[in-house]
Amino acid sequence: MNGVTKIQDRSPQPAPTTEAMPILEMRGISQIFPGVKALDGVSIKLYPGQVTALIGENGAGKSTLVKILTGIYRPNEGEILIDGVPTTFTSAQAAIDAGVTAIHQETVLFDELSVAENIFLGHAPRTRFGTIDWRRINSGAKALMLQLESEIDPTIRLRDLSIAQRHLVAIARALSVEARIVIMDEPTAALSRKEIDDLFRIVEGLKRQGKAILFISHKFDEVYEIAENFVVFRDGRAVGQGRLKQTPQDEIVRLMVGRDVKDVFPKVEVRIGAPVFRVENYCHPTEFRDISFELRRGEILGLYGLIGAGRSELCQSLFGVTRPSSGRLVLEGKSLDIRSSGDAIRAGIVYVPEERGRHGLALPMPIFQNMSLPSLGKTSRSGFLKAANELALARKYAERLDLRAAALSVPVGTLSGGNQQKVVIGKWLATQPKVIVLDEPTKGIDIGSKAAVHAFIGELAAEGLSIIMVSSELPEILGMSDRVMVMREGLAAGIFEREALSAEALVRAATGNQ
Amino acid sequence: MNRLLKNREILLTVIIAVMIAGFSTRAQGFAAPGNLANIFNDTSILIILALGQMTVILTKSIDLSVAANLAFTGMAVAMTNAAYPDLPLALLIVMAIGIGAFLGAINGYLVWALRIPPIVVTLGTLTIYRGMAFVLSGGGWVNAHQMGPTFLNVPRMPVLGLPILSWIAILIVLGAWFVLTRLPFGRAAYASGGNPTAAIYAGIDIGWTKFLAFVVSGALAGLSGYLWVSRYAVAYVDIAAGFELDTVAACVIGGISIAGGIGSVGGAVLGALFLGVIKNALPVIGISPFAQMAISGIVIVLAVVFNARAERKAGRIILRDRGAKEVSA
Repeated sequence: MNGVTKIQDRSPQPAPTTEAMPILEMRGISQIFPGVKALDGVSIKLYPGQVTALIGENGAGKSTLVKILTGIYRPNEGEILIDGVPTTFTSAQAAIDAGVTAIHQETVLFDELSVAENIFLGHAPRTRFGTIDWRRINSGAKALMLQLESEIDPTIRLRDLSIAQRHLVAIARALSVEARIVIMDEPTAALSRKEIDDLFRIVEGLKRQGKAILFISHKFDEVYEIAENFVVFRDGRAVGQGRLKQTPQDEIVRLMVGRDVKDVFPKVEVRIGAPVFRVENYCHPTEFRDISFELRRGEILGLYGLIGAGRSELCQSLFGVTRPSSGRLVLEGKSLDIRSSGDAIRAGIVYVPEERGRHGLALPMPIFQNMSLPSLGKTSRSGFLKAANELALARKYAERLDLRAAALSVPVGTLSGGNQQKVVIGKWLATQPKVIVLDEPTKGIDIGSKAAVHAFIGELAAEGLSIIMVSSELPEILGMSDRVMVMREGLAAGIFEREALSAEALVRAATGNQ
Repeated sequence: MNRLLKNREILLTVIIAVMIAGFSTRAQGFAAPGNLANIFNDTSILIILALGQMTVILTKSIDLSVAANLAFTGMAVAMTNAAYPDLPLALLIVMAIGIGAFLGAINGYLVWALRIPPIVVTLGTLTIYRGMAFVLSGGGWVNAHQMGPTFLNVPRMPVLGLPILSWIAILIVLGAWFVLTRLPFGRAAYASGGNPTAAIYAGIDIGWTKFLAFVVSGALAGLSGYLWVSRYAVAYVDIAAGFELDTVAACVIGGISIAGGIGSVGGAVLGALFLGVIKNALPVIGISPFAQMAISGIVIVLAVVFNARAERKAGRIILRDRGAKEVSA
């Protein structure tokens, strides 16, 4: 940890000295959601003909910034200036009109429409009679594609294109609205090295046209290759910005992670017992391969990695939601054959999913019915549901988790995020598992509930439960884990014992930056 | 939401009561117990079908083939009765339920194993089952004089003041309530519709649950096939044409969410009774059949609007949740 705390919260460096005036400037932008401050007084400047790299951990506030710039969120505080003139984006269209365009991580285009239609959707040229001018659409699309050195026929349907080609279409779409500010949100995530080179040539071209580019990426080599300036985000604040040329990589890594974690997450010391659960050479056709690890009684194994590293996919396959292509699971010396989540629950492995709303809860159903759902076998008597048993079960875990609700019969949808998360955790604890997988257990909940969840995870470990905790938050991983496995691009990039844990080591392993 | 649902049932009861009171000022004796019992008896088949439909809708599916299933099954038992008058009625009823359940199982299997959207599957089988009824009968009719007296009379037989048909409906209502609130299958149905992904994670087999829901719906449609043919004392290819929409309407009016996972047996029954009262009252007070259809339609649209408003409250919480999620995305 040494070296990290010294740097934390350094004041931003002076803005890059350039002769040009920024096209876009954000001053003191804050975005507040119930219980969470997603952005806290962020100021950035984008200059014509320059690429600014936006760097930060998952959850640092990068996506929120993009959403503000594209007019989807309206910030609670601060102002946006375009060419020095204060502007508010009242809608996505207003942002486009102001010349801001974004190329998203997963391109948002229409498979069944042609390339040209995709490019001009929403602003198609019209004929005198107000109908769509197909000739100009197709010729305009062709010209744009040529500008990108691509010969794609504008009349073919998007679904016949490769991912890289789709990206080109997305870029052409961005150019077709005559944007001056182009946001690229992890544009290289799905591209091969050669395609990335092509993309970078295009970016150089955009620079020459004087466009200001905000480039979001996790990959340091790319950032250094293409960008002039950088901004590092951490916990919703811009903690450092400057010229990349004058800034070594190590410093950026430190800016990304710099903070003291030991005080925030007091780890409950637990005697770690014998190995309980073993994963051997687990492979999936597309998401991950060759994952092996062991989990001991009372141990918390942190699972760290960037989004898309295959962590959730690994956990889902341990739980039987997806099937691995090869590999073996051993629980308490017995080889498991898990074909469905029901099998996993019966074997004693449970998974508390990341997206509460989507995977975790049936919102219209009462609390107690949500809690008892995976345990109905236990609460029912000879095939009949027993509401009394279900309520007793729910009451027990609601008390343990300090769940705040008017009654256990109210629908889960009426609870706050933190309390919903408690229902999810309670529901899985009620199955009395041996191994519990927690996928981003504190994502999107407020600080107070976070501390309660952390304390509770510590208690579970103390009771002898083995825990796998997936988290994108370094402090959480560093503070809670006995060991950490880092995943990168579907592979185990390293397993770190608690003594060897450091934020820098984890980020290096996760980004592949040696 | 629970309280809101209860409100919905109370509200429907009040509306139905007001309607009955209103109609009775125009038509003498409309509110008399005898007439009300008649209306209930008239609505019995709709109630039975609506409960099957509700089970399917709870799982986020829809069964458009119930009326066609009813027509085929009705034709099959009527022809069997005409050809073999000595077969006991109990056997015919078991046969009706069995055929109906089998046709429902075909729907369920297509939805479950082939993952075809339920609306497409049942739109297809709706035509197929109707066509099968035509092939079976060769387009002919089975008339009252060809049917045995037991076959025709049992559902009309009064027991404790109500015809057996009404008692069957009451039994089915109790049975549906029991299945949906007291058996794991019922809980699985609510969970599969309420949040399919969460249901999978909880170890519930959604496909199997949907399959069972279609079998239940089919079995009830089969039973209704016999009841319909016996009540109207005639079987032909086009009986109950379009009736599947009435069953869906009863569910919607009764507050069963088309998106799945929300609804109660009481709601479905009241929704069916609401339609039953309107259908019985409008001719009595001299409104033309065409206006009746328009009025039914307006009521359905109003019910959907009402449902959407009730559900928006839950939606708001999900949105807030999503807002928070974006933060860490």
